[in-house]
Amino acid sequence: MRAAIVVFPGINRERDMAIALERATGRKPRMIWHKETDLGGTDLVVLPGGFSYGDYLRCGAMASLSPVMTAVKAHAARGGYVLAVCNGFQIVTEAGLLPGALLRNAGLRFLSMDCHLRVERADTAFTGQYRKGQIFRAPMAHGDGNYTASPEDLDRLEGEGLVAFRYAEADGAISDKANRNGSARNIAGIFSPNLRVCGLMPHPENLVDPLMGGTDGKPLFDGLAAALAA
Amino acid sequence: MKAIVTVMLKNGVLDPQGKAIGHALGTLGFEGVGEVRVGKRIELELAETDPAAARRAAEEMGRKLLANMVIESFTVEIV
Repeated sequence: MRAAIVVFPGINRERDMAIALERATGRKPRMIWHKETDLGGTDLVVLPGGFSYGDYLRCGAMASLSPVMTAVKAHAARGGYVLAVCNGFQIVTEAGLLPGALLRNAGLRFLSMDCHLRVERADTAFTGQYRKGQIFRAPMAHGDGNYTASPEDLDRLEGEGLVAFRYAEADGAISDKANRNGSARNIAGIFSPNLRVCGLMPHPENLVDPLMGGTDGKPLFDGLAAALAA
Repeated sequence: MKAIVTVMLKNGVLDPQGKAIGHALGTLGFEGVGEVRVGKRIELELAETDPAAARRAAEEMGRKLLANMVIESFTVEIV
């Protein structure tokens, strides 16, 4: 699998993402500066977390208009894979690659803590090495992670099986308590209709080694590497 | 010519910031404050001299960038 990470000014998780990808694929991902317009034939494009453009106007709004995003949209339109984490998720919703938007956390606080996610389906390139219904731990660090969409879009996401992950308690219960940022229907991540664009707020790339405190996020990257093996 | 674009969260979209401000006003002893909602005011200096054309331009800017139409709505005032 060839992977590329888009680097916007103000992001800060690109190196974490590179470590997670290199562990899974054995090769270093390309880093692509946001002013580039050629992705150079990659299988997977990753939009990492951080605070692109200082979150000016709205989180992800400025980055969604960066030159590289034209290439990212073309890659997605061709059926290419896109993983968008945290600020990346905000950027792809602003760019219209995934529906909905991310509002300020319901409690107004920046949330920097671990959460638990329930895997809603395991038959995708992103989740193939998890089990459906599996609970895994993932760090989160965001001020604007409160997922919202129109009731019609939410029903469509649920009806078409496009919810990727939901906030859960450690024992798997889907509760308001587990849903700290107030996301609609506990949604933490979603897929595009062709299951090739995945956006989520938490950071699986930050739990891929025992030295990081766990390996709960590793199956996501191993699964991608297996599914996209050249 | 100046366009003032006011961006607000759509009705029905929870505004936790507004809620927190409303609560703080109550703490300060201000009574009778109902719902509080917070938005953004964006002022644009435009070279356009025709008010109708300026409004059309500002509205397009609102739709394309200044507001996220999934969660926000906006109004334009030409001054």
